[in-house]
Amino acid sequence: MDIPRDLKYTKTHEWIKRDGTRIRIGITEYAQKELSDVVFVELPKLGQDVLQGRAACVVESVKAASDIYSPLSGKVVAVNKDLELDPALVNKDPYGRGWIFDISLSKQEEINSLLDANQYDTLIHQKA
Amino acid sequence: MSYLPLTSSDRGAMLASLGLKDIEELFRSIPKSIRSKEYDLPLPASELELVNELEALAAQNRTSKTTLSFLGAGCYDHYVPAIIPHLISRGEFLTAYTPYQPEASQGLLQTIYEYQSLITALTGMDVSNASHYDGATSVAEAVLVSIHHTQRKKVLLARTLHPDYRQVIATYLKGGDGEIKEIPFDKATGSIDTAALYKELSNDVAAVVVSTPNFFGVMEDLEGLAERVHESGALFIVSSHPLSLGLFRTPREWGADFACGEGQPLGLGLNFGGPLLGYFAATNEFMRKIPGRIVGLTKDNRGQRAFVLTLQTREQHIRRERAASNICSNEALCALTASIYLSALGKCGLERIARLNLERVQYLKEKIKKLKHFSFYFSSTNFNECLIKCPTGPKKILDALRGQGIIGGLDVSSYYPEFPDGLLVCVTETKTKGDIDKFVDLLSKV
Amino acid sequence: MYQVPTQSLTMDEKLIFEKSKPGKEGCSLPREGMVSSGLESGIPPSLKRTAPPVLPEVSEPEIVRHFTNLSRCNMGVDTNFYPLGSCTMKYNPRVNETIAQLSGFRDIHPLQPADTTQGMLKLLYELERHLSLICGMERFTLQPAAGAHGELCGMMLVRAYHKKHGNGKRKKVIVPDSSHGTNPASAALFGFEVVVVPSNERGRVDRGTLDRVLNDETACLMMTNPNTLGLFEDEIVPIAKLTHERGGLLYYDGANLNACLGKVRPGDMGFDIVHLNLHKTFSTPHGGGGPGSGPVGVSKEIVRFLPSPLIAFNKGCYTLEDSSPDSIGRLKLFHGNIGVLVRAYAYIRSMGSAGLAQASEDAVLSANYLRNKISKAYDVPYNDFCMHEFVASAARQNLKGVHAGDIAKRLIDYGFHPPTVYFPLIVKEALMIEPTETEPKETLERFIEAMLAIAKEAEENPDIVKKAPHTTVVGRCDEVLAAREPTLCYQAPK
Repeated sequence: MDIPRDLKYTKTHEWIKRDGTRIRIGITEYAQKELSDVVFVELPKLGQDVLQGRAACVVESVKAASDIYSPLSGKVVAVNKDLELDPALVNKDPYGRGWIFDISLSKQEEINSLLDANQYDTLIHQKA
Repeated sequence: MSYLPLTSSDRGAMLASLGLKDIEELFRSIPKSIRSKEYDLPLPASELELVNELEALAAQNRTSKTTLSFLGAGCYDHYVPAIIPHLISRGEFLTAYTPYQPEASQGLLQTIYEYQSLITALTGMDVSNASHYDGATSVAEAVLVSIHHTQRKKVLLARTLHPDYRQVIATYLKGGDGEIKEIPFDKATGSIDTAALYKELSNDVAAVVVSTPNFFGVMEDLEGLAERVHESGALFIVSSHPLSLGLFRTPREWGADFACGEGQPLGLGLNFGGPLLGYFAATNEFMRKIPGRIVGLTKDNRGQRAFVLTLQTREQHIRRERAASNICSNEALCALTASIYLSALGKCGLERIARLNLERVQYLKEKIKKLKHFSFYFSSTNFNECLIKCPTGPKKILDALRGQGIIGGLDVSSYYPEFPDGLLVCVTETKTKGDIDKFVDLLSKV
Repeated sequence: MYQVPTQSLTMDEKLIFEKSKPGKEGCSLPREGMVSSGLESGIPPSLKRTAPPVLPEVSEPEIVRHFTNLSRCNMGVDTNFYPLGSCTMKYNPRVNETIAQLSGFRDIHPLQPADTTQGMLKLLYELERHLSLICGMERFTLQPAAGAHGELCGMMLVRAYHKKHGNGKRKKVIVPDSSHGTNPASAALFGFEVVVVPSNERGRVDRGTLDRVLNDETACLMMTNPNTLGLFEDEIVPIAKLTHERGGLLYYDGANLNACLGKVRPGDMGFDIVHLNLHKTFSTPHGGGGPGSGPVGVSKEIVRFLPSPLIAFNKGCYTLEDSSPDSIGRLKLFHGNIGVLVRAYAYIRSMGSAGLAQASEDAVLSANYLRNKISKAYDVPYNDFCMHEFVASAARQNLKGVHAGDIAKRLIDYGFHPPTVYFPLIVKEALMIEPTETEPKETLERFIEAMLAIAKEAEENPDIVKKAPHTTVVGRCDEVLAAREPTLCYQAPK
């Protein structure tokens, strides 16, 4: 299972890539496999405020609709419009072209609550 | 009992295979204290007795076949082509359930896809669901979608919308904090008072609901409404008599976001008002927000065209408390009926049947105009129904007509106290010139 | 060994639109000519449709063949065993169809004066009394159009009841994790907050958990009994007592009433509000997904809140009466799905008390017979005596990569409609099987043989199961494609 070392993770299988106060968010390789074929991503609205641990958007497969929880609090500053045309990017390239949204971080200290790659690896192996 | 195939020896053998002697052992998890005794029902009727008994009950009712009736008001006496009862009683359609397993249900799935296609063609909208319970619940659900989508609470209903539709919407809204405001109508035209509507349009309005033809049979002119409604950030819901769409502007042409209404005129017959058929169509924007089943086109693993239920994540069996609606069973067989009806009418037939309705109401109006004591509340274009102003409360007139074996229409005074003398009269293609002449002739004599 | 047919019908692949040819028509209409002056002059141009709708132009024989051929690409109870769990796909007696088509029921308008519809009103009045008797409730409304519509009506009644008693803050509805999806959806649609309680190791609602969640915010507890695992909630009496002590109401989802006829009544179990699915227990045809009918019965305390109108009998006359000022209001247009109600009435009249009890006994016996035989090859979690249905699991077959859905598809090759799959959600790889009482023992045997054969195939040749069905007009359908690129109606070629 691909778990890039340079990313942070949540227990709910989102990944976080940090660039200063700008945070990019997507779902992990493990999550996309569990979801199976993604058919639709209901993106958050630009400018929307999101709270850590609260649902920010929805990823749908044929038989399930799964909430994506925002790993951190902040304001949505970008959404991946490509997913509107090709939701399968979430399956094909979860850490790259399948990113979902960017936020500008509002609570610096929340970063500390995230998992690193090792911790996330342990988590999903416990699950399996 | 002829519906139960197990014989007593079958039952004995099946019990024995379970290591049981008495069927009661299978019910032992039901506490003794609440076990039932026999129901005090009448003794079972044989098929012959049943048919006799129910034919006798049926015979106590006056029907549209034996009594000249001018009732409409949401349920219309349109002719049902002979092929309809034959085709919809095919057991493969009649005794199937929702096509969850596409490989075993291509027939139904294709008919639903065709129904969706016919409804979008009729209304001009982009997407249709597979049907809803009736026109009123369909509009009510569109109102709920609008409230959810706009995150606003106020709903503006034209007072010319069928009073029962308005009541159903009110019932549906009692659970949340939705609020209804009724928009008056222009006393001269019987159409929505646009000035009053525009005054109410503010940033807390979720949806505006208008029907055309409206409850009075008046074809509303909705020019410019959609623009104003959308400017205020609200959504626009238009409800039409489906056969009027053979001649008159579609909900799409009026700028509607949702086209919802009653499909009963599409070959369903009267049935004492049920089952009905709620049609529900929308623009593409709401494709993933509309309630109910939807069928989509796809391919099978042999590369053939195939149909499946799709966008199911909107629905209760997947999203449970977060579903777009709670609807599960809809009115599938009625949707099939409508498909057969619209296919039979075809492009030209739809326009012709619309013209037949239109000319009958025009003929009726022309005849009534010549009567001394009768007139109209509105100067308007009507589709197949109109509100007549009687010289006295309609009850007297209806009673007199009843004496002549005629059901003369609907007394609207209880719905609209401002029209104490209002009689709503409906004439569809089932009424002949002779029927209308007779009706007007009797009116002139009461 | 059961022979898999090698050939099936071919799909008449064309859409009705694709059979269209200008100039054809499928029905004849009366001639115009009532008004002398031009009809068009009566329509202001601003009201006119700009282009006619793109409807097909097809002749009558072609229409009849089109729909007849489509029907032949569909399984129904008339053609195949249809053990779709929780849907009660029983035989639909044909005499009930004949009766529903009597002109005296079919050709009457809902707003006709009551004295012209006495036979109809009498039938509905009697049906209400029969349903009340069968369920142990005080009165029924016949208005709801389907089970879910009945649930919504029930939620409205719950709200009205608590409001009347000054308990407007009761906003929580408790549902078990095994409940039908409609339960939480109906509660949420009417603004309630849904609280889900897990089932215990016996597959039943846990009293201890309930004790913890029932409080002064609880509006009601929704239950199905027997539940969706096909197990009777044997602690229902103390559960009802506890719920009532805490001020909540008890709602009965009647989807599974087919196990209970003549054995136990929801009213006696302690339920305050009950919806029925007449298209299940009372044998009216499912029609490909409706029309159904979902009458709602209530206890004495709740009668005043029922929707308008109700049917009354005074001085020898049946009438439709607006109910009390406390009524929740109007739930739908007119009086309900009358055609369905007529069929259900006819069914009750033909069965009588003993016949209804025999139906439930046979349904429960058939389900247990299947459960016992099938459990040789499939896991059956909660493998206890069941009521009218049971839930098996494809967990064992899963080890070979075969899923419940694959087994369902393979059953089609064997000539059976699949059971409900992947529900209830608390059982992995669920196969929910409900045979009903209207299948002969020989059909049950054939189904068992097929299930055992498929288990064997899953073991020895899993691919044949995974790629099933092989004999149908279309193969496995691509649901991902359908949802990713939705094409939801016909587009005429430009």
